[in-house]
Amino acid sequence: MQSLGSIRRSFAPWTDPQAKPYIVFDNVTKRFGDFTAVDNLSLSIYEREFFALLGASGCGKSTLLRMLAGFEEPTSGRILIDGQDLRGTPPYKRPVNMMFQSYALFPHMTVEKNIAFGLKQEGMPADQIEARVTEMLKLVKLEQFAKRKPHQLSGGQRQRVALARSVAKRPKVLLLDEPLGALDKKLREETQFELMDLQQSLGLTFVVVTHDQEEAMTMADRIAILDKGQVMQVATPAEIYEAPGSRFVANFVGNVNLFEGEVVAREENGARIRGATGAEIRVENAGAAAAGNSVVFAIRPEKIRVSSRRPDESRLNAMEGEVYDIAYLGDMTIYHVKLADGQVVKASALNSSRVTEDPLTWDDRAWISFQPDAGVVLTQ
Amino acid sequence: MNTTWSRFNVTSIALGFAFLYLPIVILVIFSFNESKLVTVWSGFSTKWYGSLLQNQGLLDAAWVTVRVGVIAATFATVLGTMAALALTRYTRFRGRILFSGMVFAPLVMPEVITGLSLLLLFVAVGLDRGFLTVTLAHITFSMCFVAVVVQSRLLTFDRSLEEAAMDLGATPVTTFFHVTLPVILPAIVSGWMLAFTLSLDDLVIASFTSGPGATTLPMKIYSQVRLGVTPEINAACTILIAIVAVGVIAASLVNKRREVQRLRDEQGAQRG
Repeated sequence: MQSLGSIRRSFAPWTDPQAKPYIVFDNVTKRFGDFTAVDNLSLSIYEREFFALLGASGCGKSTLLRMLAGFEEPTSGRILIDGQDLRGTPPYKRPVNMMFQSYALFPHMTVEKNIAFGLKQEGMPADQIEARVTEMLKLVKLEQFAKRKPHQLSGGQRQRVALARSVAKRPKVLLLDEPLGALDKKLREETQFELMDLQQSLGLTFVVVTHDQEEAMTMADRIAILDKGQVMQVATPAEIYEAPGSRFVANFVGNVNLFEGEVVAREENGARIRGATGAEIRVENAGAAAAGNSVVFAIRPEKIRVSSRRPDESRLNAMEGEVYDIAYLGDMTIYHVKLADGQVVKASALNSSRVTEDPLTWDDRAWISFQPDAGVVLTQ
Repeated sequence: MNTTWSRFNVTSIALGFAFLYLPIVILVIFSFNESKLVTVWSGFSTKWYGSLLQNQGLLDAAWVTVRVGVIAATFATVLGTMAALALTRYTRFRGRILFSGMVFAPLVMPEVITGLSLLLLFVAVGLDRGFLTVTLAHITFSMCFVAVVVQSRLLTFDRSLEEAAMDLGATPVTTFFHVTLPVILPAIVSGWMLAFTLSLDDLVIASFTSGPGATTLPMKIYSQVRLGVTPEINAACTILIAIVAVGVIAASLVNKRREVQRLRDEQGAQRG
């Protein structure tokens, strides 16, 4: 069976029509004065899902999270957790906990007291609190820092205290607002995997807000791409990347080349598209596009091959151009090839061997080629 | 940076300090004067301190001042903190600008006017002038100073701390007493100390609003000086200066040590 990208695991309740969503945003709108932060948005999140809200700043993703936590009330629409309408429920009575972007650790309390704070509010007996705190400290590997105050910790340690504090109450849903935003790159990558393991072992539902697409791709089961308070697409990382639903999503996630053109003829499942200069490309996955429609063909740089000679007939789409720019990144090289019509196409090649037999350099004539199923046709 | 001591620098520092401290130094020196004449030095003695302890009038006045100060500062701190919270938290209520202007107006209001208006009020409502009225007056004029101090701290307060507390299940009341209050406590303490100091040395408003049996120390000193300065007054003032100086130095030492400790902790955390 064909599939998109790599499959993480068989967890996919959203494909099951019987499965009941755990968190539901039902036509939710939130306005601040004249500004509409969230615009009639509907979204379903399933139990034990690692769900990412991805978007640029101001797209409404943080507002969604804050409405779920109870710090903001929707202007209209409903938010349900486990079938219960949350309207009017104050933050301190909701079955969710949040990890704040600034960590929001209580500066006057030790690490221990910070973690115990939520448990104390529950009225948990002291010996159980102690046991839970010890367990949490062990979970985030901060046992020897129990008596320290937040300002005596490094950024990474603070992040872990915030995490321990937010999961200590075993909430049904954990909300994470840019959880790794304040960490440096190396630490961020390590922590991504720690978060995924934690989510697995505790069996919680995670809703994470991020502007970092790599972070969302790495961690999430599904990603919702947001723009101007609306959902552009909800799908698995592989679907988002390999089958973006719109130009916005294709452009937002990863690099993409867009060929504009008009559908000349439909073929079985595919189509022929003619560009502005008259060059034709043959594509599959043409979706609902009909002959005469103007469409955009989107293809990722790594699906395009660059060669100095004309590729053989088995590669169905080939165009000639000139090497305009080369960026050598170590693991891969990115070529910018300028086509006859002036469009610059990005193509990347994995440097899987140390020497290359077909070296290309600036201003060389070069051919780009790709297969019909390497990209998708976008009508929006 | 220029680190050499130019003649200009030395002169300006010397002049500045002379202006600030010469009167105080003279006062302290003459409190140890043997002679009864304030301006003629006739030898070292601590006898005026001894006789001060016998002066029941001055001691009573000092006791009144301390009680007024503590009570007024405490109430002013509670009211001022509440005003500061209202001004920083409910940023969009109607008439906020008017309210904040009115809270801070007493800062620039001439004391004579404050004192006079309070006096008229007390007379109008038939409140006998005494301990109660002077305390009320001190609460009135010192709470705006507390409000200023606490408000400046609240402006830099990270609201997500409160959100985190509520998110973890704390009610708004618990959140206030377990998170907000401890974090802004240093500002509240400095507000209290400022209010106490203001109450301690107020003469004008106390003169308007005080009555028999509630003479504060500044009033007592002022009335005695009108009959002629005695070395006893010098001694009383020296003790006051000593108390204030010790308080200020102790507070700044504690602050300094805490700051150094915090810096060291932070550096340690970065390394570790």
